[in-house]
Amino acid sequence: MSQVNNFVIKLANVNGTGSASANGLVMKAIFRMGVPVVGKNIFPSNIQGLPTWFEIRVSREGYLARSGEVDVMVAMNGQTFDRDLKEVSPGGVLLYDSTWPRERSIKRHDVTVLGIPLARMCNETFENPRARILMKNMSYVGALAALLNLDMAVLRELIEEQFASKKKLVGANIQAIELGYNYALENFKCPLASHIEPMDKTAGHIMIDGNTAAALGCVYAGATVGAWYPITPSTSMMDAFRSFSEKTRVDKETGEKNFCIIQAEDELAAIGMVIGANWAGARSFTPTSGPGVSLMSEFLGFAYYAEIPMVLFNIQRAGPSTGMPTRTQQSDLLLCAYASHGDTRHVLLIPDDPRECFDMAVQAFDLSDRLQTPVMVLSDLDIGMNDWMVPELEWDDNYRPDRGKVLTDADLAKVEKFYRYVDSDGDGITYRTYPGGDPKGAYFVRGSSHNKFGAYTESSAEYKEVLDRLLVKWETAKTVVPGPVIRSSDQPGRTAIVTMGSCAAACREASHKLAAKGIHLDYMRVRAFPFGEEVEQFLEEHDHIIVVEQNRDAQLRTLLMTETRVHKDKLHSVLHYDGQPLDYRIVVAGVEEFLSKGEMA
Amino acid sequence: MSFVSKPRIIHKSLKRNALGLTVRDYEGVATTLCAGCGHDSITAAIVQAFWEMDMPAQQVAKMSGIGCSSKTTGYFLSAAHGVNSVHGRMPSVTTGANAARRDLTYIGISGDGDSMSIGLGQFAHVIRRNLDMLYMIENNGVYGLTKGQFSASADLGSQTKKGEANQQPPIDPVKASLAMGASFVARAFSGDKEQLVPLIKAGLRHKGFALLDVISPCVTFNDHATSTKSYAYTREYYHPAIHADFIPPSEEIVARYDEGETMDVQLHDGSHVILRKVDKDYDPTDRGRAFNFLMDAQDRGEVVTGLLYIDQKQGDMHQRSGTASKPLGRMEHQELCPGSEVLKDLQKAYR
Repeated sequence: MSQVNNFVIKLANVNGTGSASANGLVMKAIFRMGVPVVGKNIFPSNIQGLPTWFEIRVSREGYLARSGEVDVMVAMNGQTFDRDLKEVSPGGVLLYDSTWPRERSIKRHDVTVLGIPLARMCNETFENPRARILMKNMSYVGALAALLNLDMAVLRELIEEQFASKKKLVGANIQAIELGYNYALENFKCPLASHIEPMDKTAGHIMIDGNTAAALGCVYAGATVGAWYPITPSTSMMDAFRSFSEKTRVDKETGEKNFCIIQAEDELAAIGMVIGANWAGARSFTPTSGPGVSLMSEFLGFAYYAEIPMVLFNIQRAGPSTGMPTRTQQSDLLLCAYASHGDTRHVLLIPDDPRECFDMAVQAFDLSDRLQTPVMVLSDLDIGMNDWMVPELEWDDNYRPDRGKVLTDADLAKVEKFYRYVDSDGDGITYRTYPGGDPKGAYFVRGSSHNKFGAYTESSAEYKEVLDRLLVKWETAKTVVPGPVIRSSDQPGRTAIVTMGSCAAACREASHKLAAKGIHLDYMRVRAFPFGEEVEQFLEEHDHIIVVEQNRDAQLRTLLMTETRVHKDKLHSVLHYDGQPLDYRIVVAGVEEFLSKGEMA
Repeated sequence: MSFVSKPRIIHKSLKRNALGLTVRDYEGVATTLCAGCGHDSITAAIVQAFWEMDMPAQQVAKMSGIGCSSKTTGYFLSAAHGVNSVHGRMPSVTTGANAARRDLTYIGISGDGDSMSIGLGQFAHVIRRNLDMLYMIENNGVYGLTKGQFSASADLGSQTKKGEANQQPPIDPVKASLAMGASFVARAFSGDKEQLVPLIKAGLRHKGFALLDVISPCVTFNDHATSTKSYAYTREYYHPAIHADFIPPSEEIVARYDEGETMDVQLHDGSHVILRKVDKDYDPTDRGRAFNFLMDAQDRGEVVTGLLYIDQKQGDMHQRSGTASKPLGRMEHQELCPGSEVLKDLQKAYR
């Protein structure tokens, strides 16, 4: 297959050397040339000095998952040189800094090695020691521009945008790019077989990470109070919320801010603040990750039982315990579904890309207000921190928040008495009031046993009545949460893939590859918990269901077994949990292995 | 403990405040605490203070954690909203509520276990934020609901009923909050309503975090002869360092005060706190001296009470972060959502 617009570039760097912006530049340039592209940042839990990799997949078909191939390796880290070399696919190219020549030690004959004396060129050209390091990055961008046929005008335009506020840096950066560009043109045969030809497949799209998109969703949903405790990989979400809020929610005359961001002392406090703010009538949220959810569990049970809305974003990382903070996983599904002691269960929304992070952020607030219960958005590091190519975000100006059953003073004037937990509509959702309103609507929130009137009780019957009513509400939740995405194959059958979240891209590509081999699988991506009737039906209609997920213990499979009517023998697992974003080949191999076992009588 | 519901009889002779309400209108459900509990006296003082201040109930949010003390938010102001949250976490819930509704008056009721042990972290940080609230600790040195374990505020050598002596030094909420930079620090005794009521009022009106530590003996588990948080001990070693009279904004200062012994502190809302000093040298605006005074008094085994420190220059959480004066929880969607055109514009940076 032709490698034009269809290859993977991997850049091996040392973290803290400014490589991220150089690598982003390469990706953005390809995107602006109209070619679909996706970037995966594989970085250490560290600030400076450790190995870091950036993988850019160029896919004219628009595939967004990892492919497992490395066609062009830019090996800028001596520490990892040997393993980086080993990773290059047969027929691939390795580019490295030949200021310190290594050709003799390279034992692979199926890889084309291109050495450029980047450090030497930069040392000869630039005075400042820091600039010499930074410009080395720009020089390999220049070399790649020649080798990959990147449009120099686009690169120049990107540099000018990047340094719009520091114009004097533009010249040096362009100079560095030209150094590498000219060297490559003079010394190598350009372009490589793997190169870019302009297309028009990125129009109407943006490159954005899920944390940024989710933060934007919070702004658009009208969230005003954000409380958080910094934790990788969720931190950039509050950074983005702050930045969008500063841009759009500050009164130009008075400087007053229509938002309040509180950096809490820990996750216990962060969620307490979010509950307090939602109770008082503001939309409030907290971004966190697995360890944070563990700490927040006590309060999640409180909000569930006292029926206070709140929105939590869990940008999942690899556990258990501290685990691998900078690697991705989907291993908090069960934790979040049942967080806290006692009988608790929580509404979960599971986006598959940044665009859905934006949409689901808004939905999360509406559902939480409507159901008066915590809603957790389960994103992950892959979605949250990597740039994905997605269709532009859209906003309907007719949108009005669904604040659920809230009685205003005018409503209260019409009723004789107000009781917080009386289910007058039969859907398990009761009416609430905000503090600061008519005293008739005053009630006392408690996490201790209460009857439907909101009063403390130790009566078994009264206690049970409220607990059972919460299950009625759970049934209502099934009808209002987003349904699954279902795709029937060209030849619908009794075998299917079921998955969630960031597995979607790899599953889509795997389905195409399998279909080409004559294996046709139907597909369902669950998007929410509780599972609704559509999920039940799909499971019922299939005999062999391969559940693809990113954790060791088959948590989605477990949840499906526990929370739907499906027979557990129908469910089989393809599990991936090494912390790297899912590679479509793992899905293909998993499906083929299952089919080869001959269980498909 | 009582499990009968409280009769709502309002006697004609009861005085009415400017809102036409009697003191009974500021009560809550019947207490379930032990007869003679100091906490019930504090509840009565809170009721009295709100009534005297003509406080509309919808203006108030009652916040608490877990423990005997935290139950008491149910025993006053039935007509106000309240949250009885989880153990040691009242400060965070109050912070969030205040973030959303800065126009309300927050009273948080906590205990020595709730604040000095499980909640010490949140206690420290709510002080750091100078959250606009009155934070009362009903301090009895003991865990009541779990039947008599020492709390972190128990004094060295103080004994349990069974004669076991406390081996660990106490964390004193007053000294702790002074050290952490609190802008209003006071202590009172549940047995002295005359001193307590004005301190509650001043704390409610103080713009920022007001700590009011109230020694409140536990009659069941910590009121014996060898306890240092008993009624008898507190009465004997009670040392009012400074009396506070609270005068609301609309009222004139009519009482005569001797010059040199009083200090007039005007609060941000125009009300006055007249401090009558028992110790002539005491200066409640000098954090360092207040701290030394407390250390010396502690060495003598004294329980120093009064408005011990006040600083009105610190901005509260909202002043520091520049939050809009209109409460965030009352904003309309149109005030918050930037709209589709802005979204298109913002996305240009992602192309």
